[in-house]
Amino acid sequence: MTKKGILLLSLVACMLTLPMAMNAQCKQFAKNTCKAGLDPYQHDGNYHAALLIEGEEAELYKTFYSDRNYRIGVCGASNLSPIEFKVVDTRNGKVLYDNSLKDFDWKWDFKLESSQQLKIMVKVPVPNENVIEPEEGCVAIMFGSLDD
Amino acid sequence: MNRNLILTGRVSLLLFVFLGFILTGCNRGTKSEGVGSGDFEATGSLDVETQEQLNTAKRIFYSLPSPLETAMLIKNAGAEYNEGLMNPTENTSKYITSKSKALNLGIYSTDLSYASLFDQAQATLNYIEAAKEMADGLNILDAINEETIQRLEDHINNRDVIIDIISETLMNSSSFLKENGLEATASVILVGGWLEGLYIATNLVKENELEGKLVERIVDQKLSLDIMVNLLEESPDDEDAMAILEDVKVLKTIFDKITIEQGEVTAVEDPETNVTTLKSESSIEITQKVFNELKSKVIEIRTSYIS
Repeated sequence: MTKKGILLLSLVACMLTLPMAMNAQCKQFAKNTCKAGLDPYQHDGNYHAALLIEGEEAELYKTFYSDRNYRIGVCGASNLSPIEFKVVDTRNGKVLYDNSLKDFDWKWDFKLESSQQLKIMVKVPVPNENVIEPEEGCVAIMFGSLDD
Repeated sequence: MNRNLILTGRVSLLLFVFLGFILTGCNRGTKSEGVGSGDFEATGSLDVETQEQLNTAKRIFYSLPSPLETAMLIKNAGAEYNEGLMNPTENTSKYITSKSKALNLGIYSTDLSYASLFDQAQATLNYIEAAKEMADGLNILDAINEETIQRLEDHINNRDVIIDIISETLMNSSSFLKENGLEATASVILVGGWLEGLYIATNLVKENELEGKLVERIVDQKLSLDIMVNLLEESPDDEDAMAILEDVKVLKTIFDKITIEQGEVTAVEDPETNVTTLKSESSIEITQKVFNELKSKVIEIRTSYIS
């Protein structure tokens, strides 16, 4: 095989394995950074993480129960700007929390008087400049809870 | 002949490159959502093409209660421990298909969480073995390994550590399946775990005593049904997920007979603790007839899953 062929094959192998390797890194990131930060709240065991690029948005739907204390953690990899997130009542779109009003705090602690289905809206901000090649990084959304 | 070989090599390379793009693209797992929400204010700017791509593809996650959360809700509602309601660990050898293994991994995970929250040491050890057998059968690598079981044995009298180990095994399974494009299996596991929780809860409600926190928790499951339907509908090509979806839809028709009235939610933050309370009023209405219908259907579906 020629040098050119070997080079091309190596490139293809990289293309095939890179996404898997990045996903594995995403799990480690979620576990070491985000899950660890939920303490003293007990992580529920669910895993919601993905590679997102700057400007990309995601949504998560979940039911939260009355008489429990919750912590939502939305964590982004260090190559991304602090992640924006909002928590919204799915019935009417009312914004119940917006972390841009809290210095982009990565976590939010709350409890509910009655059980609700909520939507967590997440955005990877684009830096204040023209971006030619947006950065990509892991974003994890995790939940912890405590008895009331 | 040499020329033919070179051409075949080039075609193979092109196929590899094409495959690479396909795999990379599939891995993003996006779902079309129409034009972007516009709910976030724009900051910097991207080139037009990238912005358009982002506007038409938004990542959507549907989160069901995990087996651990389900068991926590049952315990938190003041329910008692009843080992007779759990799926016997002797049943593990019955589960041969991937569907039954996935469903029963969820079911055993809920039983495991339930037993551990009530400090049932031997049952906890038995059920982690049963869950391991299901996970191994699904080739979920290292979700529960010998080291996990050893850690569990070493800390069998420390509930906090045990709960943490269970949470980690659930996360390992879920992340392994999602990273390997097996989202449908992950969904089936969650539905199995959820149904086991509903089975335990409905069977712990005392005859003709349709009140209290446990009943509230059962009714609250109505709020998760559309999430469950959407989650399963994300895997239209998966036979197992579609079969489970039919069961969920049957349950949904019963839950639709239950009324939950909810007022507007107001967020009030405590400046001292930084904890926000979502204040709202709600009321529920469920008749004994509907409860009995729900309980019977849950028993019927669960029996079909564990048989």
